[in-house]
This record gives sequence, C-alpha cells and structure tokens, in this order.
Amino acid sequence: MSPTAEKTNENSVCEATIEMLKYSAESNYDTAFQRAQKVKPCPIGEVGACCKHCAMGPCRFNPKKPDEIKGVCGADINTVAARNFCRMIAAGTAAHCEHSRHVSHTFLSAARGDVPGYKIQDVPKLLKVAAEFGIVGGDPATYGGDTKDKPFNKVAEELGQKAIGEFGTEKGLYMIKRAPQKRQEIWKETGVTPRGIDREIVEMMSRTHMGDDADYKNLMLQGSRCSLVDGWGGSMIATELQDIMFGTPVPVRSKVNLGVLKNDQVNIIVHGHNPLMAEMVAVAARDPELVNLAKQKGAKGINIAGMCCSGNEILLRHGIPLAGNFLQQELAIATGAVEAMVVDVQCIMPALGRLVECFHTKLITTSPTVKIQGATHIEFNEHDALNIAKTIVRTAVENYPKRGKTNIPNKTTDLIAGFSHETINYMLGGSFRASYRPLNDNIINGRIRGVVGVVGCNNPRVKHDDVHINLVKELIGNDILVVQTGCSAIACAKEGLLIPEAATMAGKGLREVCEAVGMPPVLHCGACVDNSRILVACTEMVREGGLGNDISDLPVAGCAPEWMSEKAIAIGQYFVTSGALVVFGVTWPTTGSPTLTKYLFEEYEKIYKGKWAFESRGAGQMAAMIIDHINKKREALGIQKAQERKLYDMEARRALEV
Amino acid sequence: MSKLIATRAIRGAHKLVSRAEKEFSDALKKHGPDKKVEFPNTGYYLPISHGMLGMNINTVGGLQPLLDKAKSLLHPIPDENKWVPYLGHTLDCGMAALFADEIIESLKYLQDPLPYTVMENCPEDGNFWLGAADDVIMRKRGIEFVDGTAPGFAACVGACPSTEVAVKIARELQEKNLYVFMSASNNGKSMADQLREAGVQMGWETRLVPFGSDVTSTIHALGFATRAALSFGGVKPGDYARNLKYNKMRIFAFVLAFGEVDDEKHAQAAGAINYGFPAISETDIGQILPTGVCTYEHVVSPVKPEEMIQKAVEVRGLKIQVHKIPIPVSYGAAFEGERIRGEDTWVEMGGNKTPAFEFVTSKSINEVTDNKIEVIGPEITDVPAGTQLPIGIVAEVAGRKMQEDFEPVLERRLHNFINEAQGVFHMGQRDQNWIRISKESKEKGFKIAHIGTIIHAQFHTEFGAIVDKVQVKIYTKQEDVLKWREIAKKAYNKRDERVGSMTDESTDTFYSCLLCQSFAPTHVCVVSPERTGLCGSYNWFTCKASYEINPRGPNQPVPKGDTVDALKGQWKGCNEFILQSSRKAISAMSAYSIMSEPMTSCGCFECIAAVLPLANGVMTVSREFAGMTPCGMKFSTLAGTVGGGQQIPGFVGHSKRYVVSKKFLLAEGGIKRLVWMPKALKDDLRVLFEARAKAEGVPNLLDLIADETIATTEEEVVAHLQKVNHPALTLPPLM
Repeated sequence: MSPTAEKTNENSVCEATIEMLKYSAESNYDTAFQRAQKVKPCPIGEVGACCKHCAMGPCRFNPKKPDEIKGVCGADINTVAARNFCRMIAAGTAAHCEHSRHVSHTFLSAARGDVPGYKIQDVPKLLKVAAEFGIVGGDPATYGGDTKDKPFNKVAEELGQKAIGEFGTEKGLYMIKRAPQKRQEIWKETGVTPRGIDREIVEMMSRTHMGDDADYKNLMLQGSRCSLVDGWGGSMIATELQDIMFGTPVPVRSKVNLGVLKNDQVNIIVHGHNPLMAEMVAVAARDPELVNLAKQKGAKGINIAGMCCSGNEILLRHGIPLAGNFLQQELAIATGAVEAMVVDVQCIMPALGRLVECFHTKLITTSPTVKIQGATHIEFNEHDALNIAKTIVRTAVENYPKRGKTNIPNKTTDLIAGFSHETINYMLGGSFRASYRPLNDNIINGRIRGVVGVVGCNNPRVKHDDVHINLVKELIGNDILVVQTGCSAIACAKEGLLIPEAATMAGKGLREVCEAVGMPPVLHCGACVDNSRILVACTEMVREGGLGNDISDLPVAGCAPEWMSEKAIAIGQYFVTSGALVVFGVTWPTTGSPTLTKYLFEEYEKIYKGKWAFESRGAGQMAAMIIDHINKKREALGIQKAQERKLYDMEARRALEV
Repeated sequence: MSKLIATRAIRGAHKLVSRAEKEFSDALKKHGPDKKVEFPNTGYYLPISHGMLGMNINTVGGLQPLLDKAKSLLHPIPDENKWVPYLGHTLDCGMAALFADEIIESLKYLQDPLPYTVMENCPEDGNFWLGAADDVIMRKRGIEFVDGTAPGFAACVGACPSTEVAVKIARELQEKNLYVFMSASNNGKSMADQLREAGVQMGWETRLVPFGSDVTSTIHALGFATRAALSFGGVKPGDYARNLKYNKMRIFAFVLAFGEVDDEKHAQAAGAINYGFPAISETDIGQILPTGVCTYEHVVSPVKPEEMIQKAVEVRGLKIQVHKIPIPVSYGAAFEGERIRGEDTWVEMGGNKTPAFEFVTSKSINEVTDNKIEVIGPEITDVPAGTQLPIGIVAEVAGRKMQEDFEPVLERRLHNFINEAQGVFHMGQRDQNWIRISKESKEKGFKIAHIGTIIHAQFHTEFGAIVDKVQVKIYTKQEDVLKWREIAKKAYNKRDERVGSMTDESTDTFYSCLLCQSFAPTHVCVVSPERTGLCGSYNWFTCKASYEINPRGPNQPVPKGDTVDALKGQWKGCNEFILQSSRKAISAMSAYSIMSEPMTSCGCFECIAAVLPLANGVMTVSREFAGMTPCGMKFSTLAGTVGGGQQIPGFVGHSKRYVVSKKFLLAEGGIKRLVWMPKALKDDLRVLFEARAKAEGVPNLLDLIADETIATTEEEVVAHLQKVNHPALTLPPLM
C-alpha cells in the first residue's frame, strides 16, 4: 500500500517532507515511508525474543509465555533478550568508535603535518585536553603560540598517539577521569570501569557468542562497560579532536530544510557522520577554479548542504545550511536538484543507490567501509584530502548540465546552532566570568526546572519529527532547557525552536533566562557523537556546585523519542550508566523478557542511580514522565520549593569560597 | 528588555574604545611612547589591566596592548532578529569599556592642569574631584571591606533628581556604613556637585568620594575593588577569574544610576556586572533579573530614588545590621571622619582646654540601672554657642560575664562610638579626650546626654554577651570632673601596671585570631601578651574579651603546652593549634623569629619586616610608607609577596607595637637587629622605642637606624651602619 497524496499528512509534520512525499507518491518514487508500511516489524525480533547466534536455531520465543520455552541450548528469554540488547550496544559503540579511530589517526597525521588540509586550529583546547591526557608542556597560559618547552604540534602529536592508544589499551581511559568523583566510584564498585575501547567491544561480542555468558545481569554489566567506552571514550575523543582540528563550535546562524537547495546552483549534499570528508568538500566547494567551472556549466555557484550528522558537524563549525534529517535523504534526491550526494558512514540508506537511477544525481560513496550498489565510489583518503574533495566537487559540477526537472519545496527555517560546552560556558559569563554558575543558580532558584537532552533519530514507524517537536515544546513550556544533537535537533530546527525568539514558547522562568543570555530555549550541541558534550555539560553542572555531587543528583534526563539505530541504544546505555534517566519512544527491544525489562527500568536505579524508561503513547506522556522525574530530583536536592533570598552579613560572606 | 541593555552597553563600549584610541594616539604624538603614565602612588600600575590581564603598564606606549585587548573584546551589537547569545558579548564589551576607561583616565594624569585634586579628602574650596585613590588610602579603607566595617560601596553614577535627594541618599548610604563613590554626570551635573552645593563634607574620611565628572572616572571604583582583591585577597595579578570572584563574594558593591543612562553608562554597568556588582537605575532602562553572574538580579529599573538603596541592598544580597540609636542625628562609621571647625562648634569639651576624661568601670549587677543616663551639670541647651565645658564620662557596666580586664577593651571603643554620630567630634582617650558638638547637631536636638545614649546602645550591641546593664553619668561641672578624674586615673595606672607586667611567660593561654582567614585561608595569628596581632588592633586582652563575647568566634584560646624553644617562641600546643587551624598547611611557628618558621602573614599587617642579608640586619616598613625600601620592594610589592597566609623565612608581618616588645625578633637578637625603618615610623614609636633601647643598653639605637632620608638601597644601609657602628654588625650572622 503506497501512501496516497492525501495520507502523507499522517507521515510527517514537516511541510517540506509532506510536499515531497506527495510528489514522490505521484512520481512513484520509493521511500522509507512507503517501505515502512510494506514491511511490518518482525514481532519476535522487535521484542528481542529471537536468537540466531548459532545454527541449532534460530530459536524464537513466545513473548506471551516467556517462561515456557527454552532455546535448543537451554537459553531462556532473559539470556536471549540481554544478548540481543548487548549486541546492539556493541554495534552502536563500535560505530562511534570507528568514527573516533578514524579521527584520531587523521589527528596524529595532522599534528605531524602529513595530511595537507588538516591542521591544529584550537590550540587552547588542544592544551586543555592534552593536560587531561597527562601530557606535560601543555601550558594553557601560553596558548596562541608555542608552549615554552614544546611546540604545540608536538603536544598534538603526543595527544594523537595517546588517543590512538585508548583503543588498544587495557589500562583504562583518560576521559573516564572527567566524570564526577562519585560516579567514578560507582563504576568502580559495580565493576564497569572500562579498560580499553576495543577490549570492551570485543569482549561484548565474545560474551554474547553461543555457549558463553548466560546470566542476563552479568551480560548487562558488560553492556554498561561497553557503552562507557562510547560516551566517555570514542565519542568524547572524536568530539574533542574534531574541535581541535576544525574549531570548537560557536553560535552561528543558518537555515534548515529542503528549501536550502538552490535552483540555480550546483547542489552538493554531504550526508553521513564524519566531518573529515565533509569539511574538505566544504573547502573544495570554495575553490575559485571549481566555482568558475560551475559558472561555465551555467550555474551561479556551488551550494553545499548538510544532512544528518555530517550536516550537523559542518553546520556547527561553518554555518553551512542543513537540507534535512535522516528521513529526508531520499526526498532530497527526489527534488531532482542535487548534483551529488556525498556520503561516508552510518545512516546511509541503501535505497539511495536505486533512487539515484531515476535522477541525474550521483551518489558518491567515499568510505572503503561503506559501498552501495548504484553509487559512484570515490575513495576518500586524508593524505590527499583536498584533491579528492575537489574531484568529488568537480564530479558534481560536471553533472549539473544533466539536471532535469526540479521540485524544491520552498521551505526553510532559520536556526542558531553551535552550543559546545565551551560556548555554553562563555555565553553565560563572557571571557572573564565564563562558568555554569548562572545555569546552576537558575536551576536552583527554579527559573529553569531542569535540563533534558532530546536526541536521536527519525523512525518512519512514528510520525516524522512529530514526537521530537511536541516533546520539546512541552518541555520548554515547563521551564526545561533542552539540549539537542543529531536528527532530533534538525527536527526542532525546522519547527523554528532553535532561534532565540522561540523563548516566547518557553515558561516564564526559562524565558527570562533565555532573554538575559540571548539564547534559544533549545540548544543545538552537534552531531550524535557530540552527545559526549552533554556528558561534559552534566559533569560541569555537578562541578559548579549546588546540585549534588553526581550526575544522578541533577534534575536532568535524556530522551530519544524517534530512535531507530543501535547507536541510540549505546548512547542511552552510557547515559543510564552515567546516572541519568533515559526515555525511549517508538518501541522497546527487550519487552520479550519482562525480567530483563524490569531490571533495566527499575532495578537499574539501585545500581547506577539511573534507569531506562519507555513511553510510546506520545509526547505528552513522555514529557509528563520526564517532568515528574525532574521534580523528584529537585525535591531530593531541596530546591523544589522557592528559597528565601539569603542576605549576607560579614560572617556569611566569610563562609563563601573565593 | 535584556537585549536592549546589551545593545546599549555594546554600543557604549564601542564609543569608549574609539575615544580611548583617539586619546591614546594624541598622547603618543604629544608625549612619545616613553612618557610615564601612572596613577598617583600605587604599586599596582593601572589596576584593572594589572589585576585582570597581569599587564604592568607605566608608559604611554605601554597602553597599546591594553587598547588592542579592548578592541579584541568588542562584539557587534545584537541583530534585530535571530540574534546569537549576547550576554557573553555584553560582559566582554563591559570589560573592553573598563580597559578603555583606564586608558583615558591614566592619560588625564598627563594633563595640565591636572583635573584631579590628589588628596585623601576634598578641599573645602575648588576642585573636589579626587581621581584614583593611592595605595595608602586603598589599604586603610580596603581593610574595612575585609573586616566588615564597610559592607560595600555604592557607585553613584550621574546626578540625583535634586540636591535634597542627593543629600538624603548620601546620608542613608553613610548610615549603612557604605562607601559612596561618585562619578559621571547628567547635563553637566553630578551627585558630588549636588553634595558640594549642600555643603556636605566629602572625601575618603566621610566615605563620600567624588572620583570625577567624566563617565570614565567610574573606573576608579572598580580599580579600588580590583586592588582590594590583589592586596587583601592574595589574588595574583592576571588571575582575573579569582579577582572577579573575590569581588562577587566579598566586596558587596552596586551601581546606582541616576537620571538618563546613556550608552557609555550602560557599558560601565556591563563592566561592573563582571565583578558581580548589579545596577539599579532610577529611570526605566529594562531589567536583567535571572541570577548567576551577580548573586541575584543584574539590572533592576525603574526604582524611585527613595527606594533605590533598599532595592540595591536586597539585589546585592547585603545584610546590614544597623541598630538604630535613638538620637536626633545620623549615626555611622562614615561620620567618623567629619571635621567640625571651631566656628561651627556649639560646645567644646576637653582637648586640654577644659578638664575631661572618659572611664568605663564595672559594678555589681544591682548597682547599675540599665539605660540610666544622667547629665550632672549644665546641658548643651543651658549654654550659649561657643561654650567650653569640662566633661567626665563615667560608664558603669554590669554583667555576669564582665571582668575587670574587659574595662579597657570597652573603654577603647568609646572613641569610635561617640565619633560616629553626625556633628559630634571625638578624639583621644582616657583623660586626653576632646569632644566637639556642632551647631547643626545642637539645632537638630542633640544633647550631651545623647553621648550616654550612644554608649548604652553600642555597649549592648557590641558587647551584649558580657554586658547586661549600662548606666552613664556625664559630669559637666568642674569640681565633679576633677574629683572623678582622680578616681579614673588611679584605675588607669593600675591597668597599665597590669598590662605592662603581663609577659608571655605569665600565661598558659594565648589567643588565636582567624579573622583574616576569609582572604588568607592558611593564616593563623597567635596573639600573646607580648605580641599583638599583625594588624595592631587585636591585643591579648581584646582577643580574650572577644572570646568571652563570642566563644565560637575567630578568637580562640590557644593552650601553649610544652615549650619547644623558648628563644624562638615555639610551643607544642601552639603548633598543634596552628596545624589544625591552617588546614594542615603550617606545622610549626616561632613567635619570636623571622628566620625560622616565622608566623604567617595575612594581608592587613601594619608593618612587614624583611631581612637585609648584606647588612646582617632586618628592616621594617609600615603600610603608610609609599617609597622604595632597601630590600628592593615597596610595601605593596612586599605585601603581595609575603601575604596571603604564607610562611616565608626572612619576612614577617607584624604590628607597629611589636617593634617595642621585648620579644621582637628575640631569636635573632631583638631590637638591635633593626637597621632601617621609615622616618614616620621612627617618630611614631620614639618614646617607647627609646625606653626599650635603653633597656637593651643602646639608648641611641633609634638614631643609628637608617631611614629613607639616609638610605634607600641595601648598600647605602650597609655604608650607614658602618659609619655609625650599628650593633647589628657585631651580632652573629643571620644567614
């Protein structure tokens, strides 16, 4: 059953998407929206009740009678559901960590001057991160130039080596020490402090092999440990090294939605996740020779637009507009206005390879690890990055004359992005008073009820963008500051929630703070790998004081209302293991085992002081669940009731720490 | 609303920075890059750039990097729509404005005539604008912010709606013990002009300080705050984060903006917010209510003039305990510095013109009727203007915890208590006191009996823990005064004998003073009978009384315990106490040594002693002395090096009085080690010093000691010592 033009309204709240879905339906282009209706979720797999880890099976369990059936090997549904869940964690973690490994190698080469086009840009941040890796000579006081004893590219080289070392090490990760002391102790006590990035992923895969770990609790312990090497390991390393190489994001203004594609320019969409390639394509697109070539071909210029997290990366650092989020990748091509969609890794639908056959659009794969039938493969190599990027851009430019009929929805929305940890610090106090104090103070005084990370994917099993937007509106309306990454940020950007004027939709307290700072009530922090920024922000809130001494004390939560990828599970797991409540929508992959589900949803709170939750009834219920959680945390902190203004006499002043 | 404030502040910063750029380039052309620029008599260079950026600017050319820094902090004004966050930009622009101010103000000191009168107090005629405070004023006044005598300051920008309002606001701030820093103007008029019109006495002494009529002179308020952090907070130059945080937590200042607030004034307010100082505006300029950079709100407006102070105090989070004393004139520390000229005096008492004395004595509880105030003899209303009267003040106190030892402690406070009434002047103590009551105060209804009212109220407020009842008899008939003065004199002598005979050996208990730990967390003052606190204001008796008054306060008994080293002055109990109280930073202390584990130094010491190795002796310099000393450092630099609770052999902070103690540097040979001190300190201590020197067998020692008129380098000191054959040369080697 293909959606008729009338029914597309039920698929999305994004007007550009609705328009393109109608157009696609009329033109008989196949999209994920239609395929989702054709392919129903496997009811056994959906609840984690199918084991295909060996050839004695696959064994399917009856979720309605979880205790009645055992697998051929005797595994019960708890073991099976836990194994499946853990493998999702491992896969998600692996995705981020491969991204990170790639970045780390390029970083080291950049430090050594081996990769023209990549260089160390943010020296203060380099020195700060280097110091955390125990690299001496990184004296932040002398930033801007070489440090006294060591030129900064030498510092960078050591940092690159140590970052790469994090993957193979068995001795623990440097970034783990960033976490609040109390959190590190909890990890130590529960035995989930990770030893090394690769080690934990490999062990996770090994323990879920046939005939290995069968205790769901023991499996989940490794699941936690594995997830930590994502959040506090691979993802964090990727974020930090990318910032050092490409610049730490600062607030930028840009535009979002398919309307950013230009009728009279060569349109190149960069899609995927890793900025290494996207950055270079953006540089190459400004090459005067190529711009001239575009003009010779009849275009007015070369227009780069981002999609998914590649888009987020170059949006945050350069203000390059976003064409859309995950479920819009096919629709972008369907506009007929895209000369090339350049992709690297993660969230690239194989469907693109077939779809481009209907258009002049070239799908260009660039990663040796991601090839798609129907695509042109131009392999990206950092050592010749700019030339390869130019080849990619040239391919697109030369494709321009082949463009046929176009149909670009005339929809764009303004947005402000670029809220790195450093930006938040700066925007709350300027260069001289930079700190999280105003955030903490306004949480304590109740103007801001709490902070919630709304992140994650799109999923055609729910109305596109709808849950993201309504949840976020509900949260800010209740004075909750929202921080975002990934496709969720793009969804809200399209709705106009990422501009400062959106503060009018916020509750009175949050609105006052937004107006004082000049910030939107919804802060775009970056790509999904940048969820690490949210961990850093939470840690900073703890460090700043007044909100307890662990992430689990904070009035915060995380939420992925339209999730679909295994990365989302890995991210959720590391947030839970770090002490947060994490709420997922759409579907929950362990419901086949009520025992495991109860463990994750309830018993986890005793172990990690954080837990999983699932709410699929809609944004309103999800928001209510989160607000209730935040109120409880506020209650525990003793800040739920308005405090009397404290006036300081001399004695009270002496008690203040200076 | 916030965006409007941000826009105006950012625009103001741009204007100020371009003005600074122009004035700088003019000065460069006129004077060349090597011309000296400095604020008068300060060791802190231009204090904002020194404190925030660690710059040591002392030439016109040296202003260039400061200007560059200011420019680098400028940001564009927020866009009409879809703006990026502007708070950080605004605060940075505020700092840029302060840097620009500092450039402009420093160049004013190159102008002829100088737009400022470089004095502590405003001259009665002519230019009353004082400009930057020098280090002597800053130390003297800054310490009041540390010990709480002054809870903060109000930076008053512009002119009040009327002269009457200006006077009213000034008086109200004075009564709250706040300093009033005045700058900038509206239509050519400023608050200070209004106070001058009303004949109000201005200057540091009355806490009404006019900096300048130019908006840029607001910088002197922030320069004062910055230096207070450097001087008393142990903050290092360039450590902007700590300096600003210190100001937020310790210096409870705020901005009162009167009349129209233009872009440049907005920029000053943005600069002040960096310090945690909020702005209260009379006119409607919008508000920034959420907290964070400041303790509570950042900008509040519009506020009616009569409500501004109350609002400001609440917004700054300041708790001011002012116990209203039932007298018909204002009362507060700010009135301590008032002058009362002879022709303005209604009645004058004492001052060697008539017999006078003041005396506190303890009685048993049933001998005292609380709040019984008697004037025995003529009242002020009985005599014509210009009368001289004898006066004898006898304050009789009773309380279960009152001890004879506390009498002098209470009595010593009479000076402050009486002097703090508006239009009442008090000087001296015991039978050397001198009181004037002004015509103005007499007109307001002030009587001699009100002196009793003040004593009664203040004794209860400040000594409530030991005093239950207070009655005051004031004699104004000659025969009564003479009779009672003899009784008082006997008591004075008895006390002196007792204090004089107190030695460190005669007691098992010393007292700590941890008051200064607010800014020097590892500093522990140990006060013994023969070594007063470093600040000079706490002796063993005061500490003992203070402990009785507040058993959990900063003065705690320190059991001496076993003697570790009698010569160095080290005791086991003392060391244990210090280890605990210094948060384990200091494990041992020698009370009588400069070389071996000397006492830590806070920041408010009266003097700093330093070893001069070539001279085999010790120099000491008091805080009033602004010149260079033979150790190569001025007092300010020494204070910065030694202070903050460190224990540095070769340096020690001490009180003036300690110089003439038998225990002064006992381990190093005592007073004979002294080879240099400022002339003023010599004069100050002469009588007591000569007595001590005589006892040491070198009666002319004071004259053998070099001062700044003889030597300002160590080499010159050595040459002098050899010339006069100073005894230090024959003492064992120090190093």
